[in-house]
Amino acid sequence: MESETQVVPTVTEREQWMVENDVFHVYDLFANAPRNVKPQLLKLRREKHLEYLNGGLRYLGPSFCVLDANRPWLCYWILHSLALLGEPLDAGLESKTIDFLGRCQDQEGGYGGGPGQASKISKLYTFLLQMKHPSGGFRMHDGGEIDVRACYTAISVASILNILDDELVHNVGNYILSCQTYEGGIAGEPSSEAHGGYTFCGLATMILINEVNRLDLTRLIDWLVFRQGRECGFQGRTNKLVDGCYSFWQGGSFALLRRVGSLIDAQLVMPDAGEHCTVSGTPKQGEILEGTSSQVDKTSQFRQGGLNGSCRVNYNDIGHSFISTCPLLEPLFNSSALQQYILLCSQVQEGGLRDKPGKSRDYYHTCYCLSGLSVCQYYQSEDDEALPSRSAVLGPYSNQLEPVHPLFNVVLKQYYEAHEFFRRQ
Amino acid sequence: MDSDEENQPWIPLSQRLEWSDVTPVPQNDGPNPVVPIAYQDHFTETMDYFRAIFQAHERSPRALGLTSEAILLNPGHYTVWQFRRLVLEALSVDLHGELDFTETIAKGNSKNYQLWVKKSFLAISSLVSNISADTYRHHRRWVAEKLGTTATSKELEFTKKILSLDAKHYHAWSHRQWVLQALGGWEDELNYCDDLIEEDVFNNSAWNQRYFVITRSPLLGGLNAMRESEVKYTVNAIIARPENESSWRYLRGLYRDDNQSWVNAPAVSSICLKVLSTKTNHVFALSTLLDLISHGFHPSQELRDIVNALSTPESDSDLARTVCTVLEDEDPIRADYWKWRKSKLPQVS
Repeated sequence: MESETQVVPTVTEREQWMVENDVFHVYDLFANAPRNVKPQLLKLRREKHLEYLNGGLRYLGPSFCVLDANRPWLCYWILHSLALLGEPLDAGLESKTIDFLGRCQDQEGGYGGGPGQASKISKLYTFLLQMKHPSGGFRMHDGGEIDVRACYTAISVASILNILDDELVHNVGNYILSCQTYEGGIAGEPSSEAHGGYTFCGLATMILINEVNRLDLTRLIDWLVFRQGRECGFQGRTNKLVDGCYSFWQGGSFALLRRVGSLIDAQLVMPDAGEHCTVSGTPKQGEILEGTSSQVDKTSQFRQGGLNGSCRVNYNDIGHSFISTCPLLEPLFNSSALQQYILLCSQVQEGGLRDKPGKSRDYYHTCYCLSGLSVCQYYQSEDDEALPSRSAVLGPYSNQLEPVHPLFNVVLKQYYEAHEFFRRQ
Repeated sequence: MDSDEENQPWIPLSQRLEWSDVTPVPQNDGPNPVVPIAYQDHFTETMDYFRAIFQAHERSPRALGLTSEAILLNPGHYTVWQFRRLVLEALSVDLHGELDFTETIAKGNSKNYQLWVKKSFLAISSLVSNISADTYRHHRRWVAEKLGTTATSKELEFTKKILSLDAKHYHAWSHRQWVLQALGGWEDELNYCDDLIEEDVFNNSAWNQRYFVITRSPLLGGLNAMRESEVKYTVNAIIARPENESSWRYLRGLYRDDNQSWVNAPAVSSICLKVLSTKTNHVFALSTLLDLISHGFHPSQELRDIVNALSTPESDSDLARTVCTVLEDEDPIRADYWKWRKSKLPQVS
């Protein structure tokens, strides 16, 4: 069809076709495989992934020098992947990790990228406040850049540690709102391009500070659903290539949205009642919800702060009450297609997961592909703690992973443990 | 620069006279580190000396030189960059040279980065590799901010160079937007967007930049003043490639603050009609129509007929429902979404 119109393909088209070729080739092989082989092909290679992950905890080659400033993140990628696979961490490894991360904390209270490096984000409240900018945004580190990712890091850490308060929250919502673009997704900074990673971070932040109703959720969903393409996986931005890591960044946003269903309904009913258009205007919290209180349901706890600024909200409870909220049960994205992409295209048979066919595995993609796979499996469960239904898990049922708390991307069991622990502090 | 590096053997810091007074500080990883990296010797030694001067708060030319070496080994090391800024400030170094240095880093580091991505440092897109792009951009912004408007054209040229290698480089675009807003240089920006979109109409980053220019440029009159001509431009782009999501989203964006005008704009409903009548590539025309209707648009009989013609026999008296049904069928990956949209439509009696 393209040749008929005799249009010279652009760079975007050429790259897209190349990827589609690779991906469809994989799917063709799968489609033509004998019936009894198919479940094998869809099988999650647990043992291989464990081997790859455990290897990384013990030894990383010289090529990892470029990630020397990101070792705590490497710890997270690997440990979270192991947790998703349901692999208990042996006591020795646990204490080693605690010891190592302790060495990454500097005198100012923040954690650095490695022993003796400057703080990035602190467990200490004062450090977080130091990172806060008058615009409402947070800096990634002292003298560092302000962006949506830093806001999420600061707010989610404070929330889990039970130290989130008005002062930390002040103006954050305005900053995130100023990053929702004309496309509907959220950008890293005002005026940048809507992007999957920042959309997850921005959306999760808005939920954690009880201001998610201020976003234009209809446009956000409209943008999100179009990020899943014929390749079955998600792309990060409009007209960009599919990448396995967005299985979580975009898939995770869907997991968040299903728990704010009543807010979405309210906006669908009154499409003009958004605040998203005013970039610099004074926030008028909750105006969207006035008059729609008849639709109050189990999500009511997310409305209070929005309805009335004087209504006190304990920010630290939001993460916890969020998962006990009754979820929207209609699926908004194609979960089984995404699982197919992750298992057939992102999975490396020798262990580890990757961006797309032809790319190498790495710990970052392993973490976010597995996180995305878990999100898919529990996407239609009414109760995140219950085992997913047989039909929700693509491939053998043994592919089933641990559920995560979608606001934090931490395995649910561990989230509860942490929540309980810090609540008592 | 690459060949220079390869030709000159690295002299260990411990053998350099100017460093003889410094005692290197080894990294304290503890007895049983996790995720230990098998550093190469020169990496370890460079970082050991870096830690020594970092802890001693040294502000000296040799400290500056050492940060250069450390950054070449790991451009994602934000602590080194941050320290470098402190040294640059203390020494009142000419920052024009600093721009050259950062440019060298951007170019010369492809070697290191090939271990991570097949492309060069400039063209990497995954979030991991973006860590260094991010740190790098932040430094560049700091330098340009100090230099002020004398850096404008250099920075615009620099980002243009990067974007010619990777037209969707997130951090290059971010830096360019910062330069325009902080230092100016808007004069040719809309033309630049024209060029990029003409080169690749699917380049969503170029469309995003276009939106930035028409809404933010002090030389243009803002969204309202630009709307008419931009709609015309966008409609042409849609006619040429109706399957292009970027142009459709841009069109919607032109009415972002004004749903009333969106619903009433003849150009919008007529482009939907035009694309729908070609009977191919009409997912975005249909979703746009659905959006229009949900904002109160009353479709003409012509539009109704054309949509009804697309649907299978059981067409609905409610056009929005029919649109959803057609989309469920023609956009299978989003079938559930269209089903859900249909379920949320106001019930017609």
